[in-house]
Amino acid sequence: MIEILSGDLCVDCDICVKVCPTNVFDAVAGGTPVIARQQDCQTCFMCEAYCPTGALFVATSTEPAPEGAWQRDEAQVGARGMLGKYRDDLGWNRGQTPRAAFATPLLAQKHISAAASAARSKNNEIGQVLP
Amino acid sequence: MTDLDLVCDVLVIGGGPAGAWTAIGAARAGADVLLVDKGYCGTSGAAAAAGVGAWYVPPTEEEREHAVRSRQKLGGDLAERAWVERVLDEVWVRMRELDAFGFPFSDTERPREDLENPGGMGYQRGMNFLHLQGPDLMRVMRRQVRRAGVRILDQSPVLQLLTDGSGAVVGAHGRRRQEQVDYRVRAGATVIATGGCAFLSHAIGTDVDTGDGYLFAAEAGAHLTGMEFSNAYSLGAKGTSASKGAHFAYGTFTREDGSEIEGAGVLRGRSVIARALIDGPVYCVFDQADDAVEHEMRLQQPNFMGGLDKLGIDPRKQRFEVDLILEGTVRGTGGIDVVTDDCATGVPGLFAAGDAATRQLICGGFTGGGSHNIAWAAASGTFAGTGAARYARAHGTAAVRTHDTARAGLAGTGGTDHREIVRAVQGEILPLAKNYFRAGDRLRASLDVLDAAWRSTVDLGPDADGRSHARSAVALAATGRWMYASALARTETRGMHRRDDFPGIDPAQTSRLLTGGLDDVWTRWEQDALLGAAS
Repeated sequence: MIEILSGDLCVDCDICVKVCPTNVFDAVAGGTPVIARQQDCQTCFMCEAYCPTGALFVATSTEPAPEGAWQRDEAQVGARGMLGKYRDDLGWNRGQTPRAAFATPLLAQKHISAAASAARSKNNEIGQVLP
Repeated sequence: MTDLDLVCDVLVIGGGPAGAWTAIGAARAGADVLLVDKGYCGTSGAAAAAGVGAWYVPPTEEEREHAVRSRQKLGGDLAERAWVERVLDEVWVRMRELDAFGFPFSDTERPREDLENPGGMGYQRGMNFLHLQGPDLMRVMRRQVRRAGVRILDQSPVLQLLTDGSGAVVGAHGRRRQEQVDYRVRAGATVIATGGCAFLSHAIGTDVDTGDGYLFAAEAGAHLTGMEFSNAYSLGAKGTSASKGAHFAYGTFTREDGSEIEGAGVLRGRSVIARALIDGPVYCVFDQADDAVEHEMRLQQPNFMGGLDKLGIDPRKQRFEVDLILEGTVRGTGGIDVVTDDCATGVPGLFAAGDAATRQLICGGFTGGGSHNIAWAAASGTFAGTGAARYARAHGTAAVRTHDTARAGLAGTGGTDHREIVRAVQGEILPLAKNYFRAGDRLRASLDVLDAAWRSTVDLGPDADGRSHARSAVALAATGRWMYASALARTETRGMHRRDDFPGIDPAQTSRLLTGGLDDVWTRWEQDALLGAAS
């Protein structure tokens, strides 16, 4: 669930307002957007991917972090390298190549062979059930 | 109050992969296209947020035979060979086109026309899919939709379809929720590409998939089919959104006390996990993955491993609690019935594509993963877009007197809060003991609750999006009723539909099952419908 919008890093571009599939943010005239409806956040991480300055942090839990949790403290989230992590993991930052360009079929192959050998006695068509 | 009037040849409702391919298909056929999305075309829907595959099978007799046969048994013999063939033919073209659109395929996994090596290095039979990173896929698709000249209205949930005096669909009415204005579109043809329904389970990206399109279509008179194949659940860390079945093939599953759960797995062993979860917590550790596998896991769906990073969990060393998260008809195969090759619904002017349309035609009653969803989105979107453009050209967009179609959830105060309706529906649809494992008495008890939810007057509440939320809430109730009425009628276990009280397959029920209706829900075997039509 969305926990942090860093006022220091935000450049007021309102991209998060535009791209959020569940309309969680509100634009503020002449200012930084706000997390207006946290309860509507579906934890899809898309805002974190699209924020050009790494000003957002979406925690993994689908429930709000409890009072006092590190996920609610911008300094701790930043110190852990978690602000804008998803954008970085996707390879969407300037100067990066999208990580999609490095994926190989190897995982799927191994997965299928592992799954197939585990389930061979039960079903010989298992390779088609994936992923 | 209507603030914005628009006209187009083809209106596409929904901006996921199916809506995007529909819009591109219609624009290529010469139509002036408007695409509206509840959220944002590019981030909305199940595909944008996930790592998905595409069923990509070369057009050789041997490979196609293997592809068809592999689905036939799993799907309970409800798929149609002719549909599988034409969908695979379409995907064979669309995936290479996606490469031309600029999708960042890796050099080792780039779709090519080479019959011997269609997926690049390492291709092997039985693994005939291409990996597509969801966020990249939808970023590329949005760009291509715009290049095709399609107008896009983001953050603009449709509230209802509009019909003319004869019952033909002639457009839609919606809300631009950030501008706070209503809009009405007069369209020559309308395509529903709103995705499936996952009942706000938080399965990643699916909270926008609330069955709205099913409700719109049913209100206009369309039928649904295969709604009993709606109990897909995926494995993820408990209390999180991201799931990735493939990763769990490298896992060992344990109970609270550390004892290993025998027979647990992501494939045939999923029922074992479901049973264990009804009894108590279940944990998993990816102890069979090595460094190379972990590296691939991170590349293929970064939000799954990245999410565990954020929790401070090393999934190869530490066990973590898991859960089965409902994906409903997003991964299930039920949806709006399509009655022609161009995905017309039978209601004049109305077409359906992607997860909103039934995927039984290519999968029967079972679907393994995203590969078939993306294949279906690309193919059915192209079929529907082309068909809708043709229909619009024949019927035009002259001004007509329009009629509202919404039957519930658009007006009212003093009734039930829409969030309460959602909670009531979720209480019957999310639990494994009610939906994963079904039984006649439990289905009947749930239907009583769902019927009451459907009949209740919805209070729109004070917030500006009240009507949109209320419509989604009643769509969940309606979808739940079609699901369980169908599940009650199919007195056997077939595909993903499991009946504790009818554990075997009944050859007499080798037929698709239609459903529909609003206040009175009905079900009917397609086989009977065919016989009825013939007599």
